[in-house]
Amino acid sequence: MTPNLLEVKNLKVYFYDDEGRELKAVDGVSFSLKRGETIALVGESGCGKSVTSMALLRLVDSRGKIAGGEVVFNGQNLLLLPESKMREIRGKDIAMIFQEPSSALNPVYTIGDQIVEAIMLHQKLHLRRAREVAIEMLRLVGIPAPEKRLDEYPHELSGGMKQRAMIAMALSCRPQLLIADEPTTSLDVTIQAQILELIRELQEKLDMALILITHDLGIVADMAERVIVMYAGKVVEEGNRFEIFKNPLHPYTMGLLNSIPRVDVEKKRLDTIPGVVPEPSSFPVGCRFRGRCGFETQECTQDPPRQSVSSTHSVFCHHWEKVKSINPEVLKNAGISNS
Amino acid sequence: MPESVILKVEDLKKYFPIKAGVLRKIVAWVKAVDGVSFEVFTGESLGIVGESGCGKSTLGMTILRLYEPTAGKIFFDGRDISRLPSSRLRPIRKEMQMIFQDPFSSLDPRMSIGAIIEEGMAVHGMYLPRERVEKVQELLEKVGLSRDYARRYPHEFSGGQRQRIGIARAIALHPRFIIADEAVSSLDVSIRSQILNLILELKEEYGLTYLFISHDLAVVKQICDRILVMYLGKAVEIAGKRDIFSHPLHPYAVALISAVPVPDPDYRVDRIILRGDVPSPINPPSGCRFHPRCPVAQKQCGEIEPLLREVEREHWVACHFPGSLELKRKR
Repeated sequence: MTPNLLEVKNLKVYFYDDEGRELKAVDGVSFSLKRGETIALVGESGCGKSVTSMALLRLVDSRGKIAGGEVVFNGQNLLLLPESKMREIRGKDIAMIFQEPSSALNPVYTIGDQIVEAIMLHQKLHLRRAREVAIEMLRLVGIPAPEKRLDEYPHELSGGMKQRAMIAMALSCRPQLLIADEPTTSLDVTIQAQILELIRELQEKLDMALILITHDLGIVADMAERVIVMYAGKVVEEGNRFEIFKNPLHPYTMGLLNSIPRVDVEKKRLDTIPGVVPEPSSFPVGCRFRGRCGFETQECTQDPPRQSVSSTHSVFCHHWEKVKSINPEVLKNAGISNS
Repeated sequence: MPESVILKVEDLKKYFPIKAGVLRKIVAWVKAVDGVSFEVFTGESLGIVGESGCGKSTLGMTILRLYEPTAGKIFFDGRDISRLPSSRLRPIRKEMQMIFQDPFSSLDPRMSIGAIIEEGMAVHGMYLPRERVEKVQELLEKVGLSRDYARRYPHEFSGGQRQRIGIARAIALHPRFIIADEAVSSLDVSIRSQILNLILELKEEYGLTYLFISHDLAVVKQICDRILVMYLGKAVEIAGKRDIFSHPLHPYAVALISAVPVPDPDYRVDRIILRGDVPSPINPPSGCRFHPRCPVAQKQCGEIEPLLREVEREHWVACHFPGSLELKRKR
C-alpha cells in the first residue's frame, strides 16, 4: 500500500466576528489523497471548501485561525512547520490556482517576471535558465508565441490566456499537488473545456495530485475520482464519483443532484432544497443540514456519526438507510441512470 | 390557433464608438449586435445563449431601448418602437420589464423593499397609495417572501431573496413581456433551482413571455421553448430546444453543447475543444465570423457571410455547411 500524499485529519478553522463570536467555518474536516489522484471538494458558498484548501497551505486571514487538526503532507504535519519551511513548500510542492486569474497575477509585472521569480526562488536557477523554463511552461500550457507573451502584462491577455499563464506559473516548479479553486468559474464554457482538458493533460504528464474545488457537479463528474461533499463547514458524504452520483446517501447530496438543470435530461420541474444555507453564527446543533432536510427527526439534534458503507463510501447522516431505500426512484426522476 | 408575435426584431444593430486622442475622435466601432432578426411568440420563452462578448446582453438592453439602436427595427405588439420618443415609450415600458443578473447592484440600498417594488406602480399611476402598500405585500408573498419584508432594506437579504425582490419589482406592473439577463447566474445551486421554478410558475400564472438571456445552456434548456445562439454579434442558430439539443446544426452550437459538463460519470460526449479565443467585435473576421475557430471551415467560409436560413422546419442556421459537425454522445 502506498502511503497517502496528503492526509487531513480533523481540521478546524475558526473565524471571529466583530462581537468576538467564534464562527466554525471548517469544523473537523478529514480526507486523504493519494499521489496523482484527483479529488473534488464540492458544496455551495459558505460550506468551507475554499477555507479548507487555503488552510492546507496555512493561508488563513488574520480574523481567523487554524484551531486544530493535522495536515500531513509527505509524512510531515504542515501545521507544525516553521513559517520559513512552509514558504518553501508553498508554490514548490503544493501550488494553487484561483478563480480570478487577474487577482493572482500582479498587474505591474510582466507575466515573465512573475513566473521567472517563482522559478528562481524555488529551483535556485539563474535568470537566463529560469527564463527558458518559463518559456517552456508557457508553451506547455498552450500559449502561442510564448517568447513574446513573456514580456506582456496581465491586462494584455484574455481571460482564458491569463488562466493559462497562472497555471504555467503554478506548475513551473512541478508541484506534487495542485489545488485548483473554482479554476474555470469565470470562464466561458468553450474556454472552460480547454482549461479542464489542459489541467488533465498536465496532471498526467507531471504525475501530480489535484484537489479541485468547485460548485459545478458537471465538472466533478467529469474530472474527479473521488468526491468530498461539504455543507456548513463539515464533510457530509465522501465516495468515489460513481458512489456519489449513482448512489448518494446524504439528503443534501441527493438534493443537490436533483436541483440542477441538465443539458442531457429533460426535467419538468426542478427539485429544490427548501430554505437557505445557514450563517456560520447560527449553524444548528447536531446535523447542520437540519431544518432543510425532509428526513429530519429528533435524533438529528445529535452529531451524526461517520457511517462507512464501503471502503470508499461514507456518509454522516442518521437516516442514510432511509435515503438509500428511496434513492433509486428519486434519481430516476432526476434523470440519473442508476444501473 | 395562429401564434401571435409579441416581439419582432429586424436587422437590429448596436455599435458603440471607441474614441481616442485629444479631440475624442471616433476611431472604431464595437459591433456588439450586428444585424440580428428574430420573433418571439406570445406566451413562449426564447432563450438567448452565447459566451461573453457575443452581444446577448446588449441585445436585451437595446430591445428595451435602454440603449439606442444604431439601426434596425423593434416591433412590440406590431408597433415599431425603435424610434419612439421617451414620452411615448413610457406606456410600453410598463409592458416590458427586466430582471437583472446582480441582485446586489440592481436594488437601491437606500430604499426599503416596499419602496423599491412600489416605485414603478407610482410612476405609472397605478392604484391609490394605500392600495399600493397592500399590492406590495401581495407581490412579496407571490415571490415567496414574508409580507413584513416591505419595511426592510436590501442589505438584510441574501442573494436569492434579493433576486426574488427583483422579480417582484418586475411583475408589479403586470408586464406581458420580461427580459431576464443572467437572472440566476450569481446564485448557488440549491437557490438557483428555487428561483428557476418561481420564474416558471409566474409565467404560467400571468401568461408571461420571456426573453431569457444566459450563458448557461442547462438553465436555458430548463426555462425555454426555443433557443437562439449568438456568436460575435450575430444569431447563428434558432430552433426549438429539443431540436437544438438533440441535433445542433451550427458548428459553434455543437461545440458549445459538447463543452457543457454533465453531472453523470457515465455520460460520454466527443468534446469539441475550440481553439483560441473569441475574436474582437471591433474587427470581426470576414465571411462567417466563426470560421477562424471552426473545425469544419472551408475556403468559402472566410469569404462569404452565411445568412440565417431555415434548414429544417423551424430550425434556422447561418452556416454554409450546416450539420457537417456532429454531436456525438453516449452513456
